[in-house]
Amino acid sequence: MSRIQQCLQSLKQQGRKALIPYVTAGDPEPGVTVGLMHAMVEAGADIIELGIPFSDPMADGPVIQLACERALVHGTRLVDVLEMVKTFRQQDNQTPVVLMGYLNPIEAIGYDNFLAQASEAGVDGVLTVDLPPEEADSFCEGLKAKGMDAIFLIAPTTTDERIKRICAAGSGYVYYVSVKGVTGSSALDVDAVASNVDRIRQYTSLPVGVGFGIRDAESAAAVAKVADGAIVGSVLVNKIAELQQQSDQIPAAVAEILASMRSAMDQ
Amino acid sequence: MPTEVDTQALLAMPDALGHFGPYGGRFASETLVSALEDLTELYEKLWQSPEFQQAFDKDLAHYVGRPSPLYHAERLSRELGGAQIYLKREDLNHTGAHKVNNTIGQALLAKYMGKPRVIAETGAGQHGVASATVAARLGLECVVYMGSEDVRRQALNVYRMKLLGAKVVAVESGTKTLKDAMNEAMRDWVTNVDNTFYIIGTAAGPHPYPKLVRDFQCVIGREARAQCLEQAGKLPDALIACVGGGSNAIGLFHPFIPDTEVKMIGVEAGGYGVETGQHAAPLCAGRPGVLHGNRTYLMEDEAGQIAGTHSVSAGLDYPGVGPEHSWLKDCGRAEYVAINDDEALDAFRTLTKVEGIMPALESSHAIAQAIKLAPTMSTDQVLLVNLSGRGDKDIHTVAEIDGIEV
Repeated sequence: MSRIQQCLQSLKQQGRKALIPYVTAGDPEPGVTVGLMHAMVEAGADIIELGIPFSDPMADGPVIQLACERALVHGTRLVDVLEMVKTFRQQDNQTPVVLMGYLNPIEAIGYDNFLAQASEAGVDGVLTVDLPPEEADSFCEGLKAKGMDAIFLIAPTTTDERIKRICAAGSGYVYYVSVKGVTGSSALDVDAVASNVDRIRQYTSLPVGVGFGIRDAESAAAVAKVADGAIVGSVLVNKIAELQQQSDQIPAAVAEILASMRSAMDQ
Repeated sequence: MPTEVDTQALLAMPDALGHFGPYGGRFASETLVSALEDLTELYEKLWQSPEFQQAFDKDLAHYVGRPSPLYHAERLSRELGGAQIYLKREDLNHTGAHKVNNTIGQALLAKYMGKPRVIAETGAGQHGVASATVAARLGLECVVYMGSEDVRRQALNVYRMKLLGAKVVAVESGTKTLKDAMNEAMRDWVTNVDNTFYIIGTAAGPHPYPKLVRDFQCVIGREARAQCLEQAGKLPDALIACVGGGSNAIGLFHPFIPDTEVKMIGVEAGGYGVETGQHAAPLCAGRPGVLHGNRTYLMEDEAGQIAGTHSVSAGLDYPGVGPEHSWLKDCGRAEYVAINDDEALDAFRTLTKVEGIMPALESSHAIAQAIKLAPTMSTDQVLLVNLSGRGDKDIHTVAEIDGIEV
């Protein structure tokens, strides 16, 4: 059983929901990321989604675009991101880490090379926004062979037939994108999320994480009621942007936001 | 040179998932996949239907003004002292470039799908103008995304789009050129997918766009083939077209694929010179990767970040290329070369002075290649060059280089 599956199963047994923060690796500078990851775990994060910076993040809103730009100013490459995971693993062998990003940096270093390095670094899952299951057969097999999960997105526009295909290709959890739009879009509609999560559950026993539009403790708690996990990104990245000149304050400030979400979700 | 079997396989591409060999595909955000599936299904159905074909042909004839002439540039040919140069006059289309062939087709699709709003990305502004034009005619809301650097370079086209009723959004992210405009258009589409049709301007992007844009542009090659047979009494020895995303080139090339005696030459933007790294020539100097929904040759760094590009012509200033060109390159049916900024500018001046035809800076790259090649050929050989757009929009750019305020 993968670390992600273990984590989500044990939460389920406790009747709790997963808090899954996203930050872009190397934002605002590479030295911040590993400490930030530890601080997020201490504040109650169950799984960490670590963004691979990309020059052309088409599915992201301005907040994460700018995070990518900050990380790229410092030349944060995929191999550097893997190095950060390796360093994180020296102190934390428990918390699952999912790499999230776009396909081209992976293509650039080569699939086999990436799979070997990611597995060695201690990566647990990979979510590539622009790799649909139709194109992902050999990549999914490669991940599986290394004991890593392939995480896929499901959108409000995804048909039932595709939900089946996506869930068959994926493992670990599926990521339900709660709104039509880019990351950091408008607030989510919890009732619509609930009915779509139910729709997904007709076809899979995989846990369902929900992201896009969770911005505070209240919306995190509302999502946790209807899904297996709340994925939160832009609100954290916004805080990082605010504090980019005082980067030593970033871990505590991000932890504070997560802690409030954690306590609201556990109530 | 490929065998007969190879060319038949080439003609049958792409496959059902949009692949041209290892290129193309549908590398899109999940939110867009069902819209792309719907579009594929509708397109395949309509493209086979006589009513759609009639509506498309009628618009091309009476709104665009097709067929566009094939013009024998006799004086230029004589001065170069080699091959006979024929120009396919896409610059004479309504709105001044080949772009309108495609926007007419996609606007018909938008109408069939009942979408009240269209969006487009544009570099030089020609596709933006062509999109705003068809939107005005059909009464559709139109938003055009354009890099802020290009808004500056192409002020005339920006104003044209505004007069046509479109909203032009200047994109400030990234390198502020065509690729960033395309990112922003994708973001708009993912947000407004229910009521919006995305009119992609080149034969790139996620399936089915490379296929449908090619199909709409193939009218160029079909006409040119018949016109050349009639006027020159033979097929051309070589075709030449500029390649940014590559829609005018694929439209010219595709109907000639089975004519293996006809060479196909795509001309990329060499910028300050391919050796300087400051160019927009992914087929000449890039490597395969994934961007904007398809796998294709890209300009990128070692780590897979998309590289900044440079070309004097905004319409070629793009780090990728349509996936069918990537495959035509790999299998050897077409060859791709680069023409530098200064060579393109010389060609712009030459054609203007010698033939009284002012080409777009994009098309000037194709003209420059013809000027290089013609003297190496004999006077009974034929070079067919796609003059994809007219140069009025570039007068400011050229004047600025000359140090003249217009």
